[in-house]
Amino acid sequence: MVALPFARSMPGDRSARAAMLFWVLLAALGLTALLSVGTGASGVSVPQVLGDLWAGQPISTRDRVVLLDIRLPRLAMGVLIGAALAVSGAVMQGLFRNPLADPGIVGVGAGAGLGAVFAIVLGGLLPASVAAVAGNHLVSLAAFLGGWASTLLLYRVATRRGQTSVATMLLAGIALGALAGAVTGILVYLADDRQLRDLTFWGMGSLAGASWAKLLTAAPLILPALALAPLLARGLNGLALGEAAAGHIGLPVQRIKLLAILAVAAATGASVAVAGGIGFIGIVVPHLLRLASGPDHRWLLPNAALLGAILLVLADIIARLVVAPAELPIGIVTATLGAPVFLWILLRRRGMMDL
Amino acid sequence: MMCRLKPSVGGLHLVLTLALAGALFLAPAEAQNRAERIVSVGGSVSEVIAALGAADRLIARDSTTNYPASLLALPDVGYVRALSPEGVLSVGPDLVIAEAGAGPAEAVAVLQAAGVPYVAIPEDPSAQGVLAKIAAVASAIGLPEEGKALAASVQDGFARAAAQAATVTSPKKVLFVLSMQGGRIMAGGQGTSAEGILHLAGATNAATGFEGYKQMTDEAVLAAAPDVIVMMDREGDHAMSDADLFAHPALASSPAAVNGAVIRMDGMLLLGFGPRTPDAAMALNAALYGRG
Repeated sequence: MVALPFARSMPGDRSARAAMLFWVLLAALGLTALLSVGTGASGVSVPQVLGDLWAGQPISTRDRVVLLDIRLPRLAMGVLIGAALAVSGAVMQGLFRNPLADPGIVGVGAGAGLGAVFAIVLGGLLPASVAAVAGNHLVSLAAFLGGWASTLLLYRVATRRGQTSVATMLLAGIALGALAGAVTGILVYLADDRQLRDLTFWGMGSLAGASWAKLLTAAPLILPALALAPLLARGLNGLALGEAAAGHIGLPVQRIKLLAILAVAAATGASVAVAGGIGFIGIVVPHLLRLASGPDHRWLLPNAALLGAILLVLADIIARLVVAPAELPIGIVTATLGAPVFLWILLRRRGMMDL
Repeated sequence: MMCRLKPSVGGLHLVLTLALAGALFLAPAEAQNRAERIVSVGGSVSEVIAALGAADRLIARDSTTNYPASLLALPDVGYVRALSPEGVLSVGPDLVIAEAGAGPAEAVAVLQAAGVPYVAIPEDPSAQGVLAKIAAVASAIGLPEEGKALAASVQDGFARAAAQAATVTSPKKVLFVLSMQGGRIMAGGQGTSAEGILHLAGATNAATGFEGYKQMTDEAVLAAAPDVIVMMDREGDHAMSDADLFAHPALASSPAAVNGAVIRMDGMLLLGFGPRTPDAAMALNAALYGRG
């Protein structure tokens, strides 16, 4: 949002288009949110509940729980996590000047996955006192710590004499990912059948465990990161020229890198910790927006937040309706619906974007 | 009403007697406050409910429920560890019975907040565990008498299985093969329900030195030299002929291959640890030691 005043001064068609897109997406998010609160397996209807309220009738416990403790926290988490993943993806693609970059590239995904697997497989071995304190949040906590630890490690590896090499970070990220994969493999080998199924479900992501408590733990990490992202927009635009050129026009390149990496680690780490592995949003949303309205980060970042939120909330609606009363892991929905659409857009607009 | 009856002491007495009789008559119905719309989460819990004759009170089940087959027609609320809170609420339950560890914890908390009674049933793959499970389920659905009867018959079954197992003088070494995907033998090690049922059937587990279901190296299988192979009955791609099984180099020279000793049984019956476990133990014992 901070970027809006700057963006207005920017000449050209694409800026106007991006601004229009912003308002369209904002309206679409509003509609999606209404749809999300209004639909669910139980058939509790918002107009009816509001009507009852208006008429002064008491609302049943069941309806209140469905609306306030199930659908609203789910919606809030979907918006927050969708925005976090999409903005993280856009920031990473800008920072690495690489269209394949996604939030996982700074090691958050691999590290968080390893943390979660540790908690699921070895959580039972913890002393009762620790388990009592960490309780049901053990997996979330471990995933978040794992994500942060691997990001900080990568940053240290790639930083020499105060300069961070993004190429080194990229390569070290691949190595660290392979290592985390191997350790995960060892733990998977040790896991029993139930733990294996827990691992599989965790990896596919879900908003089914949404609760206000989870939201309150994730929001303080995601919201500051989202607020910070627009401040990076000009820096990321400058970096598109190359690091040397960006430095020459007076941008604090190293500081931009550090802030970007910290923001992504916080936003993605918290998202993965509370919702598991949700793929696709982070890598695809920025591309869709660049195709639609150009690469200016001052518009790209806020638009990515909106589109990411819309797509994840829509995916969640589908996830909980398709096999009701059961529900699908949301990662399956985002990938099965999103990937073909993305391919189709790429095919149609081949040549218009230089990947 | 009381006022009108007050003049007559006999009348009051009559009213009290009637009230008492009424209370006695109504008490059981009221104490039970019987749940009639039950969601069962966990295959063995569903099996116990069906064995108690209460299958008609079930309105939904989880994806691990597969016996009796009639329960498969019920709506499926998903995997036992990945329940959808609104999905469970949508079927309108007045009781959720779940095996311990069902979740996620947030879903369970939401169900309780919505005022749906939620009962967790402890899990333990042993004869005692099965009896405890039956008692817990029976009390949760208000059928304590039926629960006692079922527990007694299951206990009786375990006693008969134990007696039958005790007649075995030289226990056979059995290898439980979970799968042989790509020629790799996944065997049931120590502490598995496969080992539990083997012991109940009077056999020893040939797979030692590891816990859980793990892939065994060919040399370890060779050294284990099982007398009999036990596998789960499967259809389609998983089915494997005896010839294919014993063509495996690690098994080709085993006593089991020499005698062609393979036993196939239904997986849920064999490993489920529910009311059918004594039958499974006796059937396995009979198959192992050639009794009918």
